[in-house]
Amino acid sequence: MVLDVHTVAVPTGRLARANPTAKLAACLLLGLGAALSDDALTPAVLLAFVVLALAVGGIRITHVLRRGWPLLVSAAGLGATTLLFGDSPTPGLTALTVTIRVLAVALPGVVVLLTIDPTDLADSLVQNARVPARFAYASLAALRLLPLLALEWRTIKMARRARGVDAGRNPIRHAQLFAGTVFTLLVGAVRRATRIALAMDARGFDAAGPRTVARPQVIRPSDVALIAGAVALIAVAVAVSIAFGTFRPIWA
Amino acid sequence: MLLGASGAGKSTLLLALAGLLDPANAGEAEGSLTIDGLHPRDARDRTGLVLQDPEAQLVMAHAGDDVAFGPENRAVPPEAIWPLVDAALAAVGFPYERDRRTDRLSGGEQQRLAFAGVLALSPRLLLLDEPTANLDPTGAGLVRQALTAVQQATGATTILVEHRIAEALPMVDRVVVLEANADVLADGPPAEIFSRHGDRLAEAGVWVPNHALSNRRVEAHPSVTAAELTQRPDRSSGDALLIAADVGFRHRGAPEPAVCQVSTTLRAGEALAVVGPNGSGKSTLATMLAGLVAPTTGTVKATRKLAGGFAATPPHRWHAAALADRIGMVFQDPEHQFLTERVRDELAFGPTRRGAAASEVRRRVDALLDRLHLIHLADANPFTLSGGEKRRLSVATALTTEPAVLVLDEPTFGQDRRTWLEIVDLLANHRDAGGAVLAVTHDQAVVSSLANRVLTLDRGHTADSAGVAR
Repeated sequence: MVLDVHTVAVPTGRLARANPTAKLAACLLLGLGAALSDDALTPAVLLAFVVLALAVGGIRITHVLRRGWPLLVSAAGLGATTLLFGDSPTPGLTALTVTIRVLAVALPGVVVLLTIDPTDLADSLVQNARVPARFAYASLAALRLLPLLALEWRTIKMARRARGVDAGRNPIRHAQLFAGTVFTLLVGAVRRATRIALAMDARGFDAAGPRTVARPQVIRPSDVALIAGAVALIAVAVAVSIAFGTFRPIWA
Repeated sequence: MLLGASGAGKSTLLLALAGLLDPANAGEAEGSLTIDGLHPRDARDRTGLVLQDPEAQLVMAHAGDDVAFGPENRAVPPEAIWPLVDAALAAVGFPYERDRRTDRLSGGEQQRLAFAGVLALSPRLLLLDEPTANLDPTGAGLVRQALTAVQQATGATTILVEHRIAEALPMVDRVVVLEANADVLADGPPAEIFSRHGDRLAEAGVWVPNHALSNRRVEAHPSVTAAELTQRPDRSSGDALLIAADVGFRHRGAPEPAVCQVSTTLRAGEALAVVGPNGSGKSTLATMLAGLVAPTTGTVKATRKLAGGFAATPPHRWHAAALADRIGMVFQDPEHQFLTERVRDELAFGPTRRGAAASEVRRRVDALLDRLHLIHLADANPFTLSGGEKRRLSVATALTTEPAVLVLDEPTFGQDRRTWLEIVDLLANHRDAGGAVLAVTHDQAVVSSLANRVLTLDRGHTADSAGVAR
């Protein structure tokens, strides 16, 4: 899993340079806004604005599609399921609503994931959102170990085959084998995590005193504008929906 | 340099010096330890620790950020951090820019980066726990160079734990030998220590320089010495067991194949050493020959002599039991292969699966436990054994199903002298009983004391294939 910012975003684009915490906040707000309304128009307006904002903000839509196509497929799949099996009096409209809502909730999240470097996110959360450094950087170290775990999973499966163990067509043996492989993987992961924690502490990570930052992350006026923009977008979408008489909050 | 057999407490002492031992976990602690007159915990900003496994020491995704991690924790003013990082990277000869991704580095490069991370904290006491044990010879050489440079730059006192002494000796001026009951056995200049205690150290498993392996009588062959064993006949006339024809392997999405058009025949009674730098495709080739990975080009074929009725299909298509009875593979990490909760069960697993009678299984397991000096650990959990014990056990488990072909990935990596000798003995026995051994190895001593033939890989291609000239 390589999250490479520059394949998705124009490196000098406004969104690529925005503060990660601000981006995360804007994305959460937009997702919440889209989820709170039960009609088709509110998320549709939001979705249109978000796509527009991405283009203006320097995100390459084609790259997002290339990475985020499973999202499109699952949104369409949900829509199709609603159309075929739903008991709504207007199946077409309900299916469309479901599809648009899923897209409007998830698209900002996908873009945020694709355009934030994990290191920047950890730095920013610590500096701008007062997330404890111990938590943020330990998570970051753990994230770095994920690809190693995938590799190790394959190796353990091979190593067990070499011992003469496979499940063949027996589903119970499959489950047993899976459990055994998970156990071996976990033992290794815990051991590695202990060692990395030791190495981090040896470099002063457990010091109680203050910590400095080598990579400062600041909230600029443009970042405040990004969050304000997200709130404004939601307001506009709701206003449009109310004006057309379609607005239906989920709690109503 | 701190020496002693496995389990003498070398690593524990280093952790204590680093102030990282948790008193809450101690069963018993006695004596006192001071650094510049301080408790090690209060002297933490004066000590730097480098461990064996490079993967488990890097915290950040980019090289510069990783070096900056220590100074950040020690609250170095932000404007002073990056000059410190650049100086540390330059001192260890790190060949890339700051933004180089740490997961794209070789083991030797990662370990040099770990040195830079410690160096940036300007330690006065450097604690090194086998920093080159996991590296190929080239990587280990570069790390030793970096260490020498760091010592000269900082003038720091260095305490080094190392199995392979000869290479590290030029930077050592004092040797302390620990014994298993945690007493100091000897303390003095290297030359004096090795001349006075050489035999005893070698017996305890320490790789004493110039202490030839051939001085020792080989257990399984009481009448011959290891030196005589190395006079190996040419086995090119033995029965062919496994035939690789133009095999290649390309990882999905990779631009270059990991292995490309390698052809070789593994014969009964021979040991083939596969050598080459890290990343040259040795392990991939081994897993293909062991029937665990399907080649993407070419074929691996088992002969009738090895496989009987199974010879019609390639080994990677066999079911696991058929495979384990014919081709055994020992992985680099023994834990990956453990299946049970007791050492005894681990050894009984193969024979029981093959339908041997309980009494016969017990007899064979007892014989193996005795042979491997694991009898006192028969009821222990395999995961709790020491590194050397785990390694011996994993080689033995592969042998319990009596496969004619044994494939091993770095069987002697990081092992002390005693375990090394036992493993080489086991493999030599297997070879001389008419089995075939294929060992992927960086260890020149394994090549010269075991192999009839050497296959050198370079970036996936066969560089040369020659008999061991002796």
